[in-house]
Amino acid sequence: MNIVSTDIKTIWSYLETIKDPEIPALSIVDLGIVRDIHFQDDQLEVIITPTYTGCPAMDMIAASIRAELSAKGFSTIKITHSISPAWTTDWMSEKGKQQLKEYGIAPPNPKQQVCNDKLFAPDEAVQCPHCESWHTHRISEFGSTACKALYQCDDCQEPFDYFKCH
Amino acid sequence: MSSIINYTLHLADNALILGQRNSEWCGHGPVLEQDIAITNISLDLIGQARSFYQYAAALIGDGATEDSLAYLRTEREFNNCLLVEQPNGDWAQTLLRQFFFSSYQFYLYRYLLNHPDTRIAAIAEKSLKEVSYHLRWSSEWVIRLGDGTDESHRRLKAALDELWSYTGELFLPAGYEKDLGIDVASLEVDWSKKVKDIFDEANLAVPGNVFMQTGGKSGMHSEHLGHLLTELQYMQRTFPGCEW
Repeated sequence: MNIVSTDIKTIWSYLETIKDPEIPALSIVDLGIVRDIHFQDDQLEVIITPTYTGCPAMDMIAASIRAELSAKGFSTIKITHSISPAWTTDWMSEKGKQQLKEYGIAPPNPKQQVCNDKLFAPDEAVQCPHCESWHTHRISEFGSTACKALYQCDDCQEPFDYFKCH
Repeated sequence: MSSIINYTLHLADNALILGQRNSEWCGHGPVLEQDIAITNISLDLIGQARSFYQYAAALIGDGATEDSLAYLRTEREFNNCLLVEQPNGDWAQTLLRQFFFSSYQFYLYRYLLNHPDTRIAAIAEKSLKEVSYHLRWSSEWVIRLGDGTDESHRRLKAALDELWSYTGELFLPAGYEKDLGIDVASLEVDWSKKVKDIFDEANLAVPGNVFMQTGGKSGMHSEHLGHLLTELQYMQRTFPGCEW
């Protein structure tokens, strides 16, 4: 196979099979982690960005990309970490949001309301991913990973993670 | 060249040392949700530290890595401000330290967005989003404790007496800041206004002019940093080069 002739679209589809290690329902492409893929001469460069600076999954994501592309026959792969422009929940695909919900994590609202520095802001209305009720409240602004907040449903009582405003 | 290295290390050390301090709460927070909150903030800070250390390592070259900079420098080589190395004390002291530092970081990173060094500006841009959360969370806690019970107010007041003299250093430029034209003194107006606004709601008076401690930014630390580094660096000092 002539590697360089493999079109970029196909490579994107390879990366779509790689899941985020902390949210295995979601591919790194749908999460918005992969920013760009291109050839530099004969070398394939993949640019990735973290959701939060301290995201411990980045090294594993880079290793997974390397493993996946090596298995597809790419021998020289360069993985570049980029932080500007900064990742935002807007980069998550609609498919990704649906997958998150099915996995039990409330996806970010299309327009998040509490993304401001107002103190004691009222809880953002977040739909329970389990029973679809809107009667929920925030337990903590910080959740099981840096990118999530903790909510609880007042109807089914289940606690759940919400992808917080970013 | 050495100024930009020292300044990048200063930014990295501030974030690392406060991240390490906050992580001491892991498993000891007053309630589970706040335990998770303070350790999430640790994670953000350590993430910021990594970004700055990686940049510093690239500037230094000569085999330096983010790990060697965090784990193999001695106390006097750390450029962090004195505030971040102060012990956790009780929840009030930890929260007030976080509030002082997050409000400083908030205005500093906003200022650094326009810094000519694009790598520093990019890290500031990314980190500013996280710091906005830290600032809101710690501001709410200062108000909650200050305007809470007699006991919570007493504890917050004690924390203020303990920490206030470490805030002056934030706005006194170190040599590397002067060299690079980083005007930290200009941040004091916004910072003081923020502190005043939150203190007003927390029924706390802003202290008058008192003696301010200095030295951390140029490597002269309180006795607390050495103990902190002993724990932070233990593994690499005992088993040099160990990996897992």
